[in-house]
Amino acid sequence: MEILLSALTGLLYAGGVYLILRRSILKFIIGIIFLSNATNLLVFLSAGIIHGKPAFINEHEPDPNLLADPLPQALVLTAIVIGFGIVIFTLALKAKFFSATSTDDSDELINTDQ
Amino acid sequence: MIEIALPILIPFTLIIILIFIRSSVYAKWIGIAGSTVLFVVAVYLFFQVRKQDVLVLQMGGWEAPFGISLVLDYLSSLMLLTSGFLVFSISIFAYHFIGNKPKFSRFFIFFFALVMGVNGSFITGDVFNFYVWLEVMMLSSFVLITMGSKKEQLEGGIKYMSLNLIASLFFLAGLGLLYGKTGTLNMAHLAQILNNDQQSILMNTSAMLFFIALGIKAAIFPLFFWLPASYHTANITVTSLFAGILTKVGVYALIRFFTLFFVQDAYFWHNLLLISAGFTMVIGGMAASIQYDTRRILSYHIISQIGYMIMGLGIYTPLALAGAIFFIIHNMIAKTNTFLVAGIVSKLRGTFYLKDIGGLLKERPFIAVLFIIPAFALAGIPPLSGFFAKFILIKAGIEDRHYVITIIAVLTALLTLYSMIKIWNEAFLKKQPEKSIVDTDVKLRFAEVFPSVILALASILLGVLAAPFFDLTQEAARQLMDPDLYIKAVLSNM
Amino acid sequence: MNSIILQIASKYLRIIFLLFAFIALFRGHNQPGGGFIGGLLAALYIVYDSLAFTSDQIKQQLKVRPESYMGVGLLCVLLSFLPSIVTGAPLMQGAWLSVDSSVFGEIKLGTPLLFDLGVFIAVMGVTLMFLFTLSTKK
Repeated sequence: MEILLSALTGLLYAGGVYLILRRSILKFIIGIIFLSNATNLLVFLSAGIIHGKPAFINEHEPDPNLLADPLPQALVLTAIVIGFGIVIFTLALKAKFFSATSTDDSDELINTDQ
Repeated sequence: MIEIALPILIPFTLIIILIFIRSSVYAKWIGIAGSTVLFVVAVYLFFQVRKQDVLVLQMGGWEAPFGISLVLDYLSSLMLLTSGFLVFSISIFAYHFIGNKPKFSRFFIFFFALVMGVNGSFITGDVFNFYVWLEVMMLSSFVLITMGSKKEQLEGGIKYMSLNLIASLFFLAGLGLLYGKTGTLNMAHLAQILNNDQQSILMNTSAMLFFIALGIKAAIFPLFFWLPASYHTANITVTSLFAGILTKVGVYALIRFFTLFFVQDAYFWHNLLLISAGFTMVIGGMAASIQYDTRRILSYHIISQIGYMIMGLGIYTPLALAGAIFFIIHNMIAKTNTFLVAGIVSKLRGTFYLKDIGGLLKERPFIAVLFIIPAFALAGIPPLSGFFAKFILIKAGIEDRHYVITIIAVLTALLTLYSMIKIWNEAFLKKQPEKSIVDTDVKLRFAEVFPSVILALASILLGVLAAPFFDLTQEAARQLMDPDLYIKAVLSNM
Repeated sequence: MNSIILQIASKYLRIIFLLFAFIALFRGHNQPGGGFIGGLLAALYIVYDSLAFTSDQIKQQLKVRPESYMGVGLLCVLLSFLPSIVTGAPLMQGAWLSVDSSVFGEIKLGTPLLFDLGVFIAVMGVTLMFLFTLSTKK
């Protein structure tokens, strides 16, 4: 399972990097979603996964050695929440920008640097 | 011990109040009153830290390293104090600059969300909690930078957002790897584990991820491009807030992380920090010197000055760290002040473009004085604060035989002086260009000038009282160099 | 989308959505669920409604601005800190109150529930705000 998920993380990173290098702003945002999911998986995996053992203590099985580490799950949940908010804000900004300039091409974003 | 959490709780309460109050008049007064309270709390906390060295609050009664700890030591309380002072003065400045435009009626909600994020990241003792505050800060800064919805603001907003998003992904990845290797995210516990670990060179992957993330936030050399592309587009109130506080959170975190737990493999890290510091100083300074828009000059200057702070961290002696902390505080005050004065000048002349401005010295000598104080402070003219900050850093560089970076620092000081004199010449000394029509009876309100006055006074005071203030920063540096104090205070029960 | 089937169905479905959201909220302390998930589920019913009707209609129907939801939610979160502040316990420490009711047996009410409720309402408000921002055409 770990190998599969690691491969998936790598794939998501690769796809995300490819997408954020595209010219279209929308694809950039999709790339950010890819990258943030990849990062969430990375955090989740880095603590190691224990198969079939949820991080909830029940009365029959109070031995903590049999449980998955709940902290990375909490971290990932928080990261997902934050990522959710950010992606939506990004989309709103993109929509606003598109209605103001009707362009989706990041090559045309040259008016504020010099 | 609840008072440690007050810098977070007060803005939180203010946000709730401001959500329900729709009148922009009340909102402004609540904004000013709230930031005054915040400042008072910061002063109080500072004196508490002077009494007790390190203050710790374990959230929810969960002892460290299991719960989230809030930790206040000298460095964080000094940062809190300075940012509290800036927030106070900027909230006054916002009174007229935000004005009665309905677009800006929600300004103070996001203002306090930003302040909450900044204060939170200064006082937290947990890496993941730091990430959360960073995101709070970032989300509200997105809204603030695009506030007004002008075309170039949206464009600047997209640039600002994209690089900062990538930065936080780097941060999160580094954090995940760190947790995988150590099994903890409490900073004190991390320090305890990593300082006794022989194989901690493995930590370099996560350290590098953190370095890149915080480097983007702090705008150091190869990672600063979002800053000059976006800062000048926002409303000047927002820009001065960002200029004073935002990038310094990145620097604060670099100092905190690289003195507390990423202390292995010091040779590599200190050299990397010094190299990027050198480039940051020179490139920022040089890029500033070709610009003609006040805000752009000042934006590039933020970058160039970040280099000095990183230089202090890279030299890594108690004196250098004290110098870096001194420099951060001096820079936060003086930088914000230059932006505020730029705002006043643009109100008088209707533009930030230096070629269209002139003759302000004769017309408004008081504004000229207000500009020259922070400008000379930034350039490092005695007896203002910048002179002592740079002097300490350069002395530390020579003592520790880092001659190259010291020479670069001295030369960059000249570059800074050059661009400050350029603004001075163009905006204040030269005559008003004839083709532009100027309305000379623009009245300046009290609330627009007052923040500049108090910030300028602070710059002077920091210079005059440099010796006692230097003692404080030395105390902060002593705490940073000796992490045992911090570890013992947080993990008191282990 | 102007579909009569969706419009009628939404009347009944919203009850199920909301019920499910509250179940997720209340079981959240010891089992999967919680304020955030509950809030998203609750927002889902309005998303569903906005598919059946237009989002402007929904906006008028709601009467409460999404920002106010956020305000109320954050207020609940702040209130959940109060017991720990008043009693001088470490900040955010849970305070519990046991209520004996004849119907459900012993019910434990605590500040974590209030906190979760705050998150629930705030998440709902945020989701709605984003929904309205993104779906309103100028």
